[in-house]
Amino acid sequence: MIGTAVAILRKDLRVEVRTRESVPAMVLFSVTVFVLFHFGLDRDSLEGDLATGVIWVTLLLAGLLGINRLYIAERDQGGFTVMRLAPIDLTALWLAKAAALFLYMVVLEVLALPVFDLLLLGPGLDGALPELLPILLLANVGLAAVGALVSALAIETRARDLIVPLLLLPLLVPVIIAAAQATEPLLAAGQSPDDLAKWLGFLALYDVVFVLVSVAVFDFLLDD
Amino acid sequence: MTSVLFGRRLGALAWVTAAFMLAAMALVFFYAPEDADQGFRQKIFYVHVPMAIVTLCGFMAAAIFAIKHLRSGDSSWDVRSYVAIHLSIILGVGVLATGAIWAKTAWGHWWVWEEPVLVSYLIVFLLYCCYQPLRFSIADPERQSRYASVFAVTAGAFVPLNFVAVRLAEQYTHPRVLSETGGNLPGDMRFTFIVCLVAMALLFATLWKLELTNKNVSQQLKRLRRRLEAQAS
Repeated sequence: MIGTAVAILRKDLRVEVRTRESVPAMVLFSVTVFVLFHFGLDRDSLEGDLATGVIWVTLLLAGLLGINRLYIAERDQGGFTVMRLAPIDLTALWLAKAAALFLYMVVLEVLALPVFDLLLLGPGLDGALPELLPILLLANVGLAAVGALVSALAIETRARDLIVPLLLLPLLVPVIIAAAQATEPLLAAGQSPDDLAKWLGFLALYDVVFVLVSVAVFDFLLDD
Repeated sequence: MTSVLFGRRLGALAWVTAAFMLAAMALVFFYAPEDADQGFRQKIFYVHVPMAIVTLCGFMAAAIFAIKHLRSGDSSWDVRSYVAIHLSIILGVGVLATGAIWAKTAWGHWWVWEEPVLVSYLIVFLLYCCYQPLRFSIADPERQSRYASVFAVTAGAFVPLNFVAVRLAEQYTHPRVLSETGGNLPGDMRFTFIVCLVAMALLFATLWKLELTNKNVSQQLKRLRRRLEAQAS
C-alpha cells in the first residue's frame, strides 16, 4: 500500500509543480488575508491572542482552498475509474492525498509565516520557532487527514465547494482550539508556554483518531 | 429494501412514553424541591440536560447504525442512522434554546462562552447540521446512503474529541450549582432527574420508531403504486 501511495503522491506533486494550481493560490490567499486583517483590525502589529487568531484562521482557510481541489483531477480525468480497476488498496489514495495536503501546508507555512512576521507580527518569530514547529506539524497532520477524507466525501455531491467548508470547519474546531491555545503564549511578549505538552498531546490524539477513522471508512467512498 | 415492520408495538410504546412524560412533569413541578440558590429557573434543568444527553446518545447511536450499514450493506441500517440524526438535530435546537434561556436567567446573557458543555454542543450541532445538505446533494440513492454513513461514523468519532478539547480550553470551570450528570443532587431531585431522563429517552425512541414506520410505509406504498401502474399499462 505504501508503494502505491508514494506513486500517487509523486504523480500529484509532479502535476502540482507543472500546473501550479493549489500552493501558489494558497500562499497568495494568505498574504491577501494578512493585508485584510491589517485594515480590518486597523493595527500595524499584532501579538498574543490576536496574532494567534489571525495566523491560524488564515492557515485554515488557505488549507480549504487546497482541500477543495484535492480530488478534482481524479474525478474529471477518470482517475477514480482507473484506481477502482487497478488491483490496489484504495486507502493508498487517501494516504497519498493526505500526504500531498500535508506537504502543501508545509510549503504554505514556510512561505506565509515569514510574510506574516514581516507584515504584522510584533514580537518576532525567531524565538518562538522551536516550540511552534511541533504545533504546526501536528496540526498539519490533523488537517491533512480530515481534509483528505472530507474532500473525498464531498467530491460526488452537487454543491461540492459548499459542502467542503461546511463539513470541515466544525471538524477542525478542536485543532484550532489546541493550536491556538498552544501558540498564544509563544507570540506574546515575555510569556512562557505553560501547558504546551497538554496541547501537543491533544493534537496527537486528534491526529491518531482521524487517521484511524479515515483508514477505516475511506474504502466505502470509492467502492462502486 | 427490507420489509421490517417498524410499527410493531408502537402504540404501547407511545402510551408508556405519554405516562412517563406526565409523571416527569408532575414530579418536576410538584415533587422536586425548589433549588435553594437558583430558585424556580432551575426547573429547566430537568428538560435541558436530559434532552442534551439523549441527543448526544442519538448521534452516537447513529454512528453505530452507520457502522452496521457499512459492514452489512443493508440500507435499513442507514435509514435508522438517518432518522436518529434527523431527530437529534431537531431536539438539538431545543437543547440550545433551553440552554440559552437558562444562561439568560442565571447569568444575564443569552450565550456564555465559559460554559464548555454548551459550547461543545454548539460545535457538534453545527457539524451535524451538514448531514442533510451532504446527503441530499448526492443523487444516486445507494451512494447517498454510503456517504451519509461515512459522515455519521466520522462525526461520531468527533463528538467525544470535541468535548475533550473544549473542556481543556477552559482555564477554570464555571462554578456549577449542579453537576451535569446529576451525580451530586439530593435524593428527590436526582429521582426527578432520572424520571425526566427516561421520559426523554422514551420520547426519542417513540418518535424514532414513528418516523421509521412512516418512511417504511411510504416506501412500500410507492412500490405498490408502481406495480399497479405497471399492471394497468
